[in-house]
Amino acid sequence: MNGQWEVVIGLEVHTQLATRSKIFSGAPTAYGAEPNTQACLVDLGYPGVLPVLNGEVVRMAVKFGLAVNAGVARRSVFARKNYFYPDLPKGYQISQYELPIVENGELFIVGDDGEEKRIGITRAHLEEDAGKSVHEGFSRATGIDLNRAGTPLLEIVSEPDMRSAKEAVAYMRKIHSIVRYLGISDGNMQEGSFRCDANVSVRPRGQQELGTRTELKNLNSFRFVERAINFEIARQIDVIEDGGEVVQETRLYDSAKDETRPMRSKEEANDYRYFPDPDLLPVELDDDYIDAVRGTLPELPDAKHARFVEQYGLKTDDADLLTVSRALADYFESVAGATSADPQQAANWMAGELLARLNKDGIDISDTRIAAADLAGLLDRIADHTISGKIAKEVFEAMWNGEGNADDIIDARGLRQITDTSAIEGIVDAVIAAHPEQAAEYRSGKDKLLGFFVGQVMKETRGKANPGQVNQVLKDRLSKD
Amino acid sequence: MGVNDHNLSQQTLAGLAAGLADGDFSARELTEALLERIEATRVLNAFITVTPDLALEQADMADRRLAKGEGGPLNGLPIVHKDLFCTRGVLTTCGSRILDNFVSPYDATVVERLAAAGAVMLGKTNMDEFAMGSSNETSNFGPVKNPWDLSLSPGGSSGGSAAVVAARVVPAATGTDTGGSIRQPAALTGTTGIKPTYGRVSRYGMVAFASSLDQAGVITRSAEDAAMLLSVMAGHDPRDSTSVDHPVPDYVAGLERPVAGMKIGIVRQHFDEGLDAECGARVREALDALAAAGAELVEVDLPNIGLSVPTYYVVAPAECSSNLSRFDGVRFGHRADDPRDLHDLYCRTRGEGFGAEVKRRVMTGTYVLSAGYYDAYYLKAQKVRQLISEDFRRAFEKVDVIAGPTAPTTAFAIGEKTDDPITMYLNDIYTIGANLAGLPGISIPCGFAGKLPVGLQLVGPHFAEETLLACAHQYQGLTDWHKIGPGDVS
Repeated sequence: MNGQWEVVIGLEVHTQLATRSKIFSGAPTAYGAEPNTQACLVDLGYPGVLPVLNGEVVRMAVKFGLAVNAGVARRSVFARKNYFYPDLPKGYQISQYELPIVENGELFIVGDDGEEKRIGITRAHLEEDAGKSVHEGFSRATGIDLNRAGTPLLEIVSEPDMRSAKEAVAYMRKIHSIVRYLGISDGNMQEGSFRCDANVSVRPRGQQELGTRTELKNLNSFRFVERAINFEIARQIDVIEDGGEVVQETRLYDSAKDETRPMRSKEEANDYRYFPDPDLLPVELDDDYIDAVRGTLPELPDAKHARFVEQYGLKTDDADLLTVSRALADYFESVAGATSADPQQAANWMAGELLARLNKDGIDISDTRIAAADLAGLLDRIADHTISGKIAKEVFEAMWNGEGNADDIIDARGLRQITDTSAIEGIVDAVIAAHPEQAAEYRSGKDKLLGFFVGQVMKETRGKANPGQVNQVLKDRLSKD
Repeated sequence: MGVNDHNLSQQTLAGLAAGLADGDFSARELTEALLERIEATRVLNAFITVTPDLALEQADMADRRLAKGEGGPLNGLPIVHKDLFCTRGVLTTCGSRILDNFVSPYDATVVERLAAAGAVMLGKTNMDEFAMGSSNETSNFGPVKNPWDLSLSPGGSSGGSAAVVAARVVPAATGTDTGGSIRQPAALTGTTGIKPTYGRVSRYGMVAFASSLDQAGVITRSAEDAAMLLSVMAGHDPRDSTSVDHPVPDYVAGLERPVAGMKIGIVRQHFDEGLDAECGARVREALDALAAAGAELVEVDLPNIGLSVPTYYVVAPAECSSNLSRFDGVRFGHRADDPRDLHDLYCRTRGEGFGAEVKRRVMTGTYVLSAGYYDAYYLKAQKVRQLISEDFRRAFEKVDVIAGPTAPTTAFAIGEKTDDPITMYLNDIYTIGANLAGLPGISIPCGFAGKLPVGLQLVGPHFAEETLLACAHQYQGLTDWHKIGPGDVS
């Protein structure tokens, strides 16, 4: 869209780690609790309290590092980032700064040109989240809720390797998929467990030097990432083409107005006075520890995708769809393993009926109303011609509504396909007898009328007659006179 | 024999423990006697809070345990805490206006462990604000008086603790030592004060001044009493990541180790022109006494020790500037009235809440951590700190302990140094090195210059508390300096 301009995007993804307790205290991390009920004295920054690192947080960060082929630091250090804000109880945030736990990783997306594209991951570091200020329900005052204070975050910083909003979204989706595969984050974007900041700049195509960037804050949905970046690209190009200069600043995306607005300029930014936190020892990891974590890594999305294509012969698009989440992929494998039908059939039914139904009812695959074994049972009945694909959709609906498994429903509703040739012959004879004019026309050469007769037979049998047999018997009977 | 005949406030912990065990007096009688003594010595201004009801309740519990033949190693014995230790349900001010209404909802590990051993807490002692000071004059609650001469400072920052132990008000008090805050007041009041190895005693619940230097310890009237308390206080605490999981010896059992054969290092720089001549003479006499008892005196060199004061005054303020950020008027402590906005709330709360010395250090610390200055100050100081640690490590390859003066002079007048922070800072010139290197140190009385006590400092390698206490105890067996108290101040 912007022929002469090249867009440069880097993302900082903040992933909330799915630990039961906080990064430096034993307080629970439950979401949605009454304000200030999930915060202990450590989270409240009381005088004299001290942080103690949650080992699970380290294990999760190492998992991520290994999953993106990064270096896991044998020694990483927590620092203090100092600034005053009411929702920051200690007056500093504990965050890894000079020595992060993960460095130099990578992942692969499908780029704008349709080819596989490598995106570098500069680093991923551990830090604690702040609390939040609550403005609703107070007049001339601000409430402070410190439930979120001390929640563990992994901040994943990419190289400025993306060249469009679409690539940025593809990267973010890949990170989202990886952290959920690893089980280190629930990736819940509504609850803020997965959000990102985007650094966006433009430069004349062919120029090496980067343009001045702006930072778009707190983008908490894939759609907002795409829209905010596209708005910002257009805005920056307008500014430059009008002879102006892009100002380095932090901007907030307003989804209601679909625009970005300046938040605060970097010139006014705090001097955070980072220094190593003397209350915490450096995190030191040895090879045994890292190898032990490596041993717990699940199959990751890219590997699973390749295997689905190879082992099950799936189409690439279906493999894309089914490997987005581990739960979906596991469901597919359960179905494919339990049915005698072609695995591609399983994929078709999942991509079609199942996902449509899940989306419509707004539920996740983990809460599906049709167990994998039951979907496999339905596919078996199609494969062995007990029912047709059309009838199968009716059975699927009934299964979704809790009427039992495929066999129960087929029996209860009498949906078993009619394959008895003599029965079909009887029905065909009756249909021909009821439509003598059409029969005559067919016999005089109007072959297209065969479809009419098939339809009539299906109507009589409520779709249960085997279509192949019906065709054969009709042709036989109509050719005789 | 009546209770009053025992002169309970004059006794050491070890003596009181024997009296309690023998049934000479009850824990309640002991506690009542000491509470009376506290009231009679109010002129010292050594307490911020006295807790008579809580103390008597704890004493009664101790008596019930005693009657059943139960109770920990400190059952019924009195203790007072520097007001930097959080005490559940009791005011914990850190000597500051910003916490003048702060009642801690929890106990510090040190407080918890001493209570679990049966100790009875009588109150919280006055101190320099947030432990920043060497004279107790920076307290929001007024200066503490030195019982040897009420016009003099007892030193600081654990000045209240040192004064009440010296004045025979209570036998023992906790303190904290970031740059000498236990040892220097111990020297200036003629008491015994030990700062253990960094990580030996938990910092949990001890309000932080400079986290990498702060260490809890005790002030007593004998090395033996210090050993009794340290045996209870020391040990790993999972709530403090910097506390070390290292076995805790029975320090009392270790006291009998003789000094004969011990190698005692003497640092030439410790006897430079900064040291008062008479103080120097007392320290040399003490070294001679140890040599006469069979110790070998060996000269050692600490080439970078002269850089310890400037190094300390970069590292400590840097950490304090961040540690004290939590005092913002939002969740606890002092809050300015009717703030116009957030900025005004912060500025006035902290402006009103902190005293001049704390502000000076917060500003210094903020400066040395600022972009553009970090490398020149903070990073450089950390490198020098490393060099000083190395100096000590090399010295301890040759000797068991290093001995020298604790402070350059005897107690100075209240008001004498308040206008000159640099002179005040130099009071800690001999003590700061041990904090920078994380080493244990003890100060014991070694005589008088004029009418005022002089302190001998012993510093050991990491976790050598046992050696320090043994050396101090043996010296106290040879001399009576530690038994001499000031005249009655009541």
